[in-house]
Amino acid sequence: MAGNSESVGRTLLVALLVCLVCAVVVSTAAVSLRPVQQKNQVLDRQVNILQAAGLYQPGMDVQKAFDTIERKFVDLETGEYVDKPESYDPLKAAKDPAESERLSADQDIASIKRQENVSEVYLARDDNGNLSRIILPVRGYGLWSTLYGFLALEADAETISGLGFYQHGETPGLGGEVDNPAWKGLWPGKKLHDDSGDVAIQVVKGTVDSGTAGAEHKVDGLAGATLTSKGVNNLVRFWVGEDGFGPYLDRMKAADDGAGSAAVQADNGGEA
Amino acid sequence: MAEKTKDILFGPIFDNNPIALQILGICSALAVTSNLNTTLTMCIALTAVTAFSNFFVSCIRNQIPGSIRMIVQMTIIASLVIVVDQFLRAYAYSISKQLSVFVGLIITNCIVMGRVEAFAMKNPPIPSFLDGVGNGLGYSVILLGLGFTRELLGSGSLFGYQILERTVDGGWYNTNGLMLLPPSAFFLIGLFIWAIRAWKPEQVEEDVFKMKPHTRTSDAF
Repeated sequence: MAGNSESVGRTLLVALLVCLVCAVVVSTAAVSLRPVQQKNQVLDRQVNILQAAGLYQPGMDVQKAFDTIERKFVDLETGEYVDKPESYDPLKAAKDPAESERLSADQDIASIKRQENVSEVYLARDDNGNLSRIILPVRGYGLWSTLYGFLALEADAETISGLGFYQHGETPGLGGEVDNPAWKGLWPGKKLHDDSGDVAIQVVKGTVDSGTAGAEHKVDGLAGATLTSKGVNNLVRFWVGEDGFGPYLDRMKAADDGAGSAAVQADNGGEA
Repeated sequence: MAEKTKDILFGPIFDNNPIALQILGICSALAVTSNLNTTLTMCIALTAVTAFSNFFVSCIRNQIPGSIRMIVQMTIIASLVIVVDQFLRAYAYSISKQLSVFVGLIITNCIVMGRVEAFAMKNPPIPSFLDGVGNGLGYSVILLGLGFTRELLGSGSLFGYQILERTVDGGWYNTNGLMLLPPSAFFLIGLFIWAIRAWKPEQVEEDVFKMKPHTRTSDAF
């Protein structure tokens, strides 16, 4: 028996059988569990969006809450809605030379290197069907890692209603405090632009005294995390700026100023 | 027999601990122990992989040709790890996201390969399975100890439930940031090993060399 099991034919046979059995086991597990995994991924993303928008409560029915949220695709250059298949992924598009652009060094303050031509936005509506939140995907480099998150704005496309990150690798306890609810609570109510229309939102070092000039544009930096704070500052400014969602936000603002949210809806209807 | 079974199952917990005595599996012990949720998941995943890889390898141990022994063991271990990873992604998504690559890295965990090669290749399936469980438990004891200390001192919580009120939330406890960083696990493992060897002095290794006397006439130490 022992001598037999060392022959070449026997070795090949054992190798083949082991591979075959293992392959069957692995592929069965992968295929049979895939639907559950995909559901998890979608759910995870939806929870992140809801959290950024400040609409999330633990234990809520995420699927149902998400029924009131609409996903749309935006051409970043013109700020207009465009049609894309539901499976379109802006992060994948950002890696594809046909669907993205390389950013020049002075444009690329968020250090994302390539930017997709078409990104997505999520529009949340209240019970009466009026636009209540505009949720934008944002990303940018902090100290160690790219932070991925969502920035939620009020219907006026000017007031921040929340910022949350769903993926990052910053130092736990320091830069990782971007996840701290107390710090995230500083963002709602801040305004993006100053009176002259320039992007004014910024993360500053130390604490912001509510009495100082421009306090409505300033958010406290994270103590002990200067570079992460700077990264968050840059990425927010980039995505609401001219190279990010700037043109889109201008359009939304014009629509909001024009005839209230009814116009926004009509606008949506016309271009969807 | 009962005595032997007990020895196989519980021996690795303190008498022959894979981390404290064999000094294996340190990498994941540093990486996943900053909070107890990920720690516990990792412990269960590793125990399952060690137990079942021991079992399956032991089942076919007489059929495995010596020349491809290692790669056959590796194939079985890798398959089990992928299955465990798929299960975590399906049923514990947020934890599997936090564990990220470390579940996949169980493949390279020396404890698994070490037990398969040292025990399962020479013993029948049932004792091999128990040996896998036992070593998994030994690994888990150290990891849970680390996770408990690191999460309590680093975040003031256990399993995510706030135990010590943190100063950032208006409480009294100033969190120790070092505890959340991997190096703290090194110091803690060192302290654990010290404690275990103080309790069981037979685990203390003999000096590798004896310092020769130089300027003095007696031994330096």
